[in-house]
Amino acid sequence: MAEVFVAKVDEFPDGERRIVSSGTHEIGVFHWQGQFYAYANMCLHQGGPACEGVIMHKVEDVIGPDRTWVGQKFSDERVHFVCPWHGYEYDIKTGECAADKRLRLKKYNVVRRGEEIYVSV
Amino acid sequence: MELPLSENRRMKVDEFDSGKMLTHAARQAKDRNYKDFPIVDVDSHHYELESFNEILEYMTDPVMRQLAQSANAGNSKGVGVMPGGVGYQDMGGRVTRYPLRRIEKPEPGAHRDVSLTRRWMDAMGVDVAVMFPSPMLQLGLHPQVEAEVALAWAYNRWLCERVLAEEPRIRSMLYLPFNDPEASFRMVKEFAGKKGVVGFMVTSARHRPVHHNSYMKVYAAIEELGLPLAFHAGYNWNEQSMALMNKFISVHAIGFVFHNMVHMTNWVLNGIPERFPKLKVIWIESGLAWLPFMIQRLDNEYMMRSSECPALKKLPGEYITEMFYTSQPMEMPRDMSLLESTFKCIKAESQLLYSSDYPHWDFDLPSTIYDLPFLKDKAKRDILGGNACKLFKLGLGGQKLAKVA
Ligand code: FES
Repeated sequence: MAEVFVAKVDEFPDGERRIVSSGTHEIGVFHWQGQFYAYANMCLHQGGPACEGVIMHKVEDVIGPDRTWVGQKFSDERVHFVCPWHGYEYDIKTGECAADKRLRLKKYNVVRRGEEIYVSV
Repeated sequence: MELPLSENRRMKVDEFDSGKMLTHAARQAKDRNYKDFPIVDVDSHHYELESFNEILEYMTDPVMRQLAQSANAGNSKGVGVMPGGVGYQDMGGRVTRYPLRRIEKPEPGAHRDVSLTRRWMDAMGVDVAVMFPSPMLQLGLHPQVEAEVALAWAYNRWLCERVLAEEPRIRSMLYLPFNDPEASFRMVKEFAGKKGVVGFMVTSARHRPVHHNSYMKVYAAIEELGLPLAFHAGYNWNEQSMALMNKFISVHAIGFVFHNMVHMTNWVLNGIPERFPKLKVIWIESGLAWLPFMIQRLDNEYMMRSSECPALKKLPGEYITEMFYTSQPMEMPRDMSLLESTFKCIKAESQLLYSSDYPHWDFDLPSTIYDLPFLKDKAKRDILGGNACKLFKLGLGGQKLAKVA
């Protein structure tokens, strides 16, 4: 299995992403809260650049103990990246499509070698 | 520029190029050999407010022009000459081309609208795009009829002279100020035959019935010219029943179909197709799923209450399947047999016209049609371009105008 260089760790700050290519593979690599995640940059909707959009915390409803709707908030744990073409959202830790968890982006292994980050293709 | 994100984070973006954003679309165009056949996009958009100062120069009423220019220049209250409204098309900035448009640069020497439109057309492999405005889709709700007329007149003149004259790949069905039937009639007479004008368009979000007698001379004039008349869907969150909905998704999903349902019902049940048998009608941007519903509902009730519709010589659904439809936003059901039945039901192979609605948030690429498993190659090509070439008499002669890599 070939490895594709992504970036040096100190040049890839937390909260950012890189897009790398190798042959027919186009991969989005995210650095989020100390971890690295990599997915195919190919949206399951119409083939948009799924990994190139904004990173947004999941929006959640706040429901009161009496089951009334109290408001909305951004999730403390769940974070999505959003395909910029039409807004499909994907879980940054799993690649699952937020609207239908039966769908998920192809995941790639991220390998850290010393101070460098690679993905296996 | 910086995009505001969740938890007070920001994303810095230095440049934006819609051609680059559509790199994957260009790859689809190449992989699917779009170079081999014409693609016509029957519903695309630009943002006319970006050129609003230019457009207002074309307003003939000096008082209205000064009023509009003044409101446009010093607008700090979010109000002015255009009926606005609440809307979240950009999905909180998730659809990044909305905020990033501001930093996109046109090619030097070309009009911004021409340059940006050519950019996405080439990326998608689109040869000819029928272009419409964006905020003006709400103009039929303007409380001042004379303002709708003045803005429509100025916009149409500006569009013809500054955009359509410059780029033959861009065409338009011109905005009719439909709240004033006489002005609409004058518009048809004045603009028919101008370069790039391929029909006329009524924005559907409005409150006048399409079967009113005052419109008959408008329809007659358009029929005589052999041009199509289109109803372009839109939402109106202030509509009483729409205002019951608290989310943009709700009002968009229902609103973009609602007005066209009302107009189509009036159109068919009042026998307008019998009175104007040669008038070609296109229903734009309501998707497709509403059509089997309309056909079934109207046919079923007509069988019992035909006495209320003496003008009809056949079932309502038979008139509906003689009209034309643009494809976007094409609902992609989990069960694809539903879509296949819909195509069959509306005679899609001859009546359906591909549309992207680009750059709006729910645009469709040509691959939404090209990749359908139940269509034969000929049907794909007809829907993507052949039907529109015939309807608009485009005479492309199989020529490919888009620069497909
Ligand atoms: S292609 Fe990604 S949301 Fe449509």
